[in-house]
Amino acid sequence: MSLRLEPRDHASVGLKLTVSLAAGVIALLLVAIPVVAAGGTPLEAYWLMLQGAFGSMFALSETLNRATPLILTGLAAAVAFRAKLWNIGAEGQLYIGALAAVCVGSGLLQLPPALMIPTVMIAGFLAGGLMMVIPTIIKQRFGADEVVITLLLNFVVILFIQMLVEGVLKDPLSMGWPQSVPLIAEAKLPKLVPRLRMHWGLITGLVAALILWLMVRKTVLGFEIRAVGENKAAARFAGIPVDVTMLKVALISGGLAGLAGVGEVAGVKGYLSSDLSPGFGYSGIVVAMLAGLSPVGTVIAAVFVAAVFVGADSMSRATGISSYIADLVVALSLLCVLVGSFFLRFRVIFERRQVGA
Amino acid sequence: MDVLFDILGSANFWAAAIRIATPLIFGVLGALICERAGVLNLGIEGIFVAGAMAGWLAVYLGAGLWGGVLVAALAGALFGLLHAFLTVILGLSQHVSGIGITLLATSVSYFTYRTALPDVTSPPRIAAFQPLNIPGLSDLPFIGPALFQQTPLTFLALVFVVLVALVLYRTPLGLAIRAVGDNPASVEAQGLSVVGLRVGAVVAGSALMALGGAFLTMSAFDAFFFGMVNGRGWICIALVVFASWQPGKALLGALLFGAFDAFQIRLQAQIGQVVPGQVFLMLPYLLSIVALILVARRADYPRALLQPWTKGQRH
Repeated sequence: MSLRLEPRDHASVGLKLTVSLAAGVIALLLVAIPVVAAGGTPLEAYWLMLQGAFGSMFALSETLNRATPLILTGLAAAVAFRAKLWNIGAEGQLYIGALAAVCVGSGLLQLPPALMIPTVMIAGFLAGGLMMVIPTIIKQRFGADEVVITLLLNFVVILFIQMLVEGVLKDPLSMGWPQSVPLIAEAKLPKLVPRLRMHWGLITGLVAALILWLMVRKTVLGFEIRAVGENKAAARFAGIPVDVTMLKVALISGGLAGLAGVGEVAGVKGYLSSDLSPGFGYSGIVVAMLAGLSPVGTVIAAVFVAAVFVGADSMSRATGISSYIADLVVALSLLCVLVGSFFLRFRVIFERRQVGA
Repeated sequence: MDVLFDILGSANFWAAAIRIATPLIFGVLGALICERAGVLNLGIEGIFVAGAMAGWLAVYLGAGLWGGVLVAALAGALFGLLHAFLTVILGLSQHVSGIGITLLATSVSYFTYRTALPDVTSPPRIAAFQPLNIPGLSDLPFIGPALFQQTPLTFLALVFVVLVALVLYRTPLGLAIRAVGDNPASVEAQGLSVVGLRVGAVVAGSALMALGGAFLTMSAFDAFFFGMVNGRGWICIALVVFASWQPGKALLGALLFGAFDAFQIRLQAQIGQVVPGQVFLMLPYLLSIVALILVARRADYPRALLQPWTKGQRH
């Protein structure tokens, strides 16, 4: 027996699905090790996680509520990575989007909800988008790597937000807590079901996924993004305006992350604070990779990652196993899907060694 | 101006600058070795966390301080091995693998800490490294307290600067590592293993990164906190570019950075009433970004950085 690798020129949708599914399952199986190490029983832990994530209407609402920002940050990463623009700054862009929502939506403008909500969303989209356009311009003008710049900007932005919510934006009625003035009622996203936290941000995420799916398949921009992502030099040679395309991608990517921030402020919290996001920006990268950068897949992957977090929280309360187990599942999923991408690129062929051939 | 001279004239300031630079020296050297061999290691941020946690926990559970340092290095090497397997052996995306390693190393560390110490409310302390007292040198006026009252890990970092420079520029191994990041085909033509050299470099570099983390919990502080690494790993990735992948300049970059950071802390004490504290805390990150932009055009990236290699490949 010998083992041979043969490059594939095309990976089918079925194969991609299998790889993503397998990655999630293997990641879940691998965390049996830390579960046992922490004195738990893996099957019981999985069952509790599943129940915690989907076991009741309340659990389902919590999972979808958590999936909402992840769909948007996942799409942000997916669209950027497709064009090989390494946007690792979704966390910062999310906060800037949330900040824009508070600036516009806390009383500066007085409009009926039908106008106020779109205004807040557009502000958040543009602000988040600008946050990614700047590093992209820096990359184009000075050749500085966008990975490190977007990563470092995340820290700058969070400190900036801390400064604002302890300073000019601080709510005088917050009993000293560092949080911003609240949004006015007209700017808030309505709940989907009374008394549950799910809100209209989820619909925004689904619509964004749909638009992106159509854009990638049916529009010139979608074609340009794919061309730039596959081979920048060839795209330039073919007359595609590479730099402009990259800027559009940056605006869309940062904008989507900004929308995630709008959703958290206008749909969940009602105000801005520096603990608005428990790493939605970083988890978005995992979501996008699990989805194989597909917009529709992003929705499913976001629900999976959200379920892991919500389920782990509930499992942790019942068993005492640390809820960091969710971060472990998510990190392992990313690495598993990365290994899986190897099988998308190569066909592994076992063959019997032929004597004397 | 008086403020400036007051700060620069105190031995205390220079001692702090070197102390702040120490984890960065380890980190930049580690990243430099990986990148010289052609592999970007964005796992650095998580490897810092792993080194900080593993080293501290080992000492907390009864190992000696140097035993803790060794455990930290081993933890780093292990995550380095995983990164090398994914990027060098399987040839997968270095960006994605690095971010995955950072997420994994961070969550493993946090989970282990929580599981090993389920009931603690305030972070337990260990007896950390103390400043060395070098007879003669430590007692010199000004120079003594500024340069020679550091903990052993700082001196270890400086030894590694010399060591890495010697190996890279004065040994056949160093020549091979540099070549494997620039022109792997030439290395293979010599009959050397591209994969072996790259795996070795990533493992060694990652072990060094972990020492940067260990310095935080075993020297700068005496406990492990969540979020204590706080972007130091990413700053190292920026500093490598600033240092044009040279150990000497890496030391210089880390020291400049340390001096700047120590300076802003002292400036904050002087004018902190007027300017919010966060502005000062932002400066290190902004400085890294500015440094990166300034050198980017002239940056001489290892030519095969980010490019996977398959045996027998031709260009």
